[in-house]
Amino acid sequence: MSAWQPVIGLEIHAQLSTASKLFSGASIAYGAEPNTQASAVDVALPGTLPVPNRAARGKAIAFGLAIDAQIAAHSIFARKNYFYPDLPKGYQISQYELPIVSAGTLPVRLDDGRTLKVEIQRAHLEEDAGKSLHDVFHSATGIDLNRAGTPLLEIVSAPVLHSAAEAVAYMRTVHTLVRWLGICDGNMQEGSFRCDANVSVRPAGSEKLGTRTEIKNVNSFRFVEKAIEYEIERQIRALENGESIRQETRLYDAAHHRTRPMRSKEDADDYRYFPDPDLPPLAVSADDIARVRAQLPELPEARRARYVDALGLPEADATQLCVDKATAEYFEAMLAAMPNEAKLCANWVLGELAAALNAAALPVEQSRVSAAALAALLARVREGVISGKTAKDVFGAMWAGEGDADTIIAARGLRQISDSGALAAAIDAVLAEFPKQVADYRGGNDKLLQFFVGQTMKRTRGQANPQQLNALLVEKLKG
Amino acid sequence: MATTSIAQLAQDLRARRVSAAELVQSALAAAQAGAALNAFISLDTERAMLRARSADAALAAGNAPALAGIPFVHKDIFCTNGLRTTCGSRMLEQFVPPYDATVVERLDAAGAVALGKANMDEFAMGSSNENSAFGPARNPWDPERVPGGSSGGSAAAVAAGIVPFATGTDTGGSIRQPAAFCGVTGMKPSYGRVSRYGMIAYASSLDCAGVLARSAQDCAHAFAAIAGHDPRDATSVDVGTSDYVAALSTTLKGIRIGVAREYFGAGVEDGVGAAVRAALREMEKLGATLVDVSLPHASLAIPAYYVIAPAEASSNLARYDGVRYGHRCADPKSLEDLYTRSRSEGFGAEVQRRILVGTYALSAGYYDAYYLRAQRARRVIADDFGAAFEHVDLIAGPTAPTVAFKLGEKSADPLAMYAADVNTVAVNLAGLPAISLPAGLSGRLPVGLQLIAPAFAEARLLAAGHQLQQSTDFHTYTPGAAA
Repeated sequence: MSAWQPVIGLEIHAQLSTASKLFSGASIAYGAEPNTQASAVDVALPGTLPVPNRAARGKAIAFGLAIDAQIAAHSIFARKNYFYPDLPKGYQISQYELPIVSAGTLPVRLDDGRTLKVEIQRAHLEEDAGKSLHDVFHSATGIDLNRAGTPLLEIVSAPVLHSAAEAVAYMRTVHTLVRWLGICDGNMQEGSFRCDANVSVRPAGSEKLGTRTEIKNVNSFRFVEKAIEYEIERQIRALENGESIRQETRLYDAAHHRTRPMRSKEDADDYRYFPDPDLPPLAVSADDIARVRAQLPELPEARRARYVDALGLPEADATQLCVDKATAEYFEAMLAAMPNEAKLCANWVLGELAAALNAAALPVEQSRVSAAALAALLARVREGVISGKTAKDVFGAMWAGEGDADTIIAARGLRQISDSGALAAAIDAVLAEFPKQVADYRGGNDKLLQFFVGQTMKRTRGQANPQQLNALLVEKLKG
Repeated sequence: MATTSIAQLAQDLRARRVSAAELVQSALAAAQAGAALNAFISLDTERAMLRARSADAALAAGNAPALAGIPFVHKDIFCTNGLRTTCGSRMLEQFVPPYDATVVERLDAAGAVALGKANMDEFAMGSSNENSAFGPARNPWDPERVPGGSSGGSAAAVAAGIVPFATGTDTGGSIRQPAAFCGVTGMKPSYGRVSRYGMIAYASSLDCAGVLARSAQDCAHAFAAIAGHDPRDATSVDVGTSDYVAALSTTLKGIRIGVAREYFGAGVEDGVGAAVRAALREMEKLGATLVDVSLPHASLAIPAYYVIAPAEASSNLARYDGVRYGHRCADPKSLEDLYTRSRSEGFGAEVQRRILVGTYALSAGYYDAYYLRAQRARRVIADDFGAAFEHVDLIAGPTAPTVAFKLGEKSADPLAMYAADVNTVAVNLAGLPAISLPAGLSGRLPVGLQLIAPAFAEARLLAAGHQLQQSTDFHTYTPGAAA
């Protein structure tokens, strides 16, 4: 065991998928021309005032309920004051002393089978800043305020994670949850889900936290893992060399897989937080909470447990099905059509379907084969119309757009011969053709059964129902 | 028009004895004639005439709204679409808003015709109008004296008879104190009663939009147009409004007026105290009962105010950074240089002083000692009022401890200037409505009587003022004809 224990806490920024900004009516759609989605409020023209977006409040409540947290009856918007060109008001409206969500926990499954109960200290509403465009204009910085005022939920974990792997597993679990709840699209390329990591190390067994550094704005799981790993090693190396760690903000350099200092926090910025006098306390009533609770979907962890306990799926299948809600919903839709075939459905969702989606780089919502169509295909397998092996070919044809399962089975003549008369005739012909092998088999060479299966399949051009064929062959070979 | 009431003007307009165009034209002429008062920062002559003509059309068609054709002026703190809005600052000298404040929209909808924008202390910080980047407005009673502030231009324009009413804002007394200094009636409504949308912020938790006019009755007409909930201001309160004009007839019989001991303290000039007591005796004659009351924490108001207001201001004024609009220094060498020079050049001395004080009060290590303590003082002050209002219907005292002082008299001593707000700031800290009524003269200068009411009882204030003005003539004194 290492002499050092890493201690990690994450601050995850999840952009809430509302139609408009946290305090103005401007759209938050990604990718618009610069400054076309900045209202007078977002530009901070004199006299403009913020009006809270009720949808954002509802999404924060949903998250709080999902992590079994406390929802504040009155949370307070505060101003975080600092000057920056892409911060139009000269302050960011955030929540400081009294966040809307506090003291939650999130169970996180680790690859080694352990489950971590991660304490989430708080989740608060805040607005995003705009963007500085440093490379668009010659010798000038452009400011795009489209993003200014976009609603964020900042989710702050306690410093309870002890490895890069744990941190990433936690981040993935939060990512699944916010998308599952429909409160964030989770798009990391567009910055809708990003995180800051606070990392320190301390001698194993010590209770006291070491000096931490903050790695800012990392927007992929892989980079978070690499950045934390690098930072842990860097800090251990420094401490073992007798150096001390400076409390500072560091940036992750993806090209070189290392972190470097951004600015020192020794003369830490004083943000002069104070309650925003333009905004009364954000009220949440018991009724508000009840309404959100009533709309809350079955949560990923509950659903995973149900798949194992009620449907008898293996843990691994259940976990994978619940990685995102769309996959789980696809599975549910198949299950609705064939309620007693959970394992078969799971196999196909996690097997053929996942492979096809992956190859086409499509999300499950855009699957070329619907859950109903796939269920219809599997029904043909269960009915013995086609074999499981044939079904994979039919699925390929369905994916290619050749029609539904029945159309393809008919068009390609894939229907299995389940008519015992036809099958018996084919077997008789094979046995007649290979008398020596029949004699050998009857003399005790059981392995020859596969030879007869193969010959009969050949004669039926693969359309024999394998179970039926086996049974009939064994019977006829008995003599 | 110089002393005609809004009600009378509205009748004259409807009877076609006078046209809106004539009224507005003569008001514009009076504004020109009174240019030495420096009451206006901008005149909007062309649009005023256009609006007057459309008011005339509505009057002729018989579907004119309540204030159709009545000229007035906006304090230059209210954003006006297409008309520059300076807030008395070099910083916003060229700023033309692309939207109207709610107060502007509502007075437009009521048919009133804005002549332009009134002078004011920069960002509403001041008690004398000397902090305007456009030069001080002057008091029509004595041009060597200040009109009060920050709504000095509004008060001067009404007192000079240029307009029957004006809009103003009041963060620590900025409507009531100039009303007192200029001998007009000015009402600061309850916090939340009038929308702050489009009103340039000084101290958001204290800023209130209100009106100044020659009488309580005129204030009621103007106030009725702007009062009421606005979803664009989250601090606007959805409490039902009254028919403020109809309520004016409520008599003073049985009304208990608490005379606040602390408001007649050491700084109050004898002439001011005497005039206010005389006015209160008139109210007694009309059926009111005078009761001695105490507001034991009144002395905390100035220190609490001068922490909270600058703290909020330091944040509210951070947006004036030279990046998107407003003054930008020439040829900035760096971002730091852009910020520093734009703000140093754009803001006047008092604004810079309050930004510094406020920044300090919010700083780590000082926040608890200043900002939090001031907030606690604020609660205690509000509780004082709450306790007093268990026994009385109104609380009275002098609006300001002195009459209008001379230009330059206090500008070298900020603390002496701040003391001019001693009787007004507590009202803002408690979010209450208050009115300043002319209460006669001290020497040759007007004195203001301040009445304070419980939250949202504006109708009670206006009625009390109207009843007093029905049986006295203090409000009819004009600068030229000083008794």
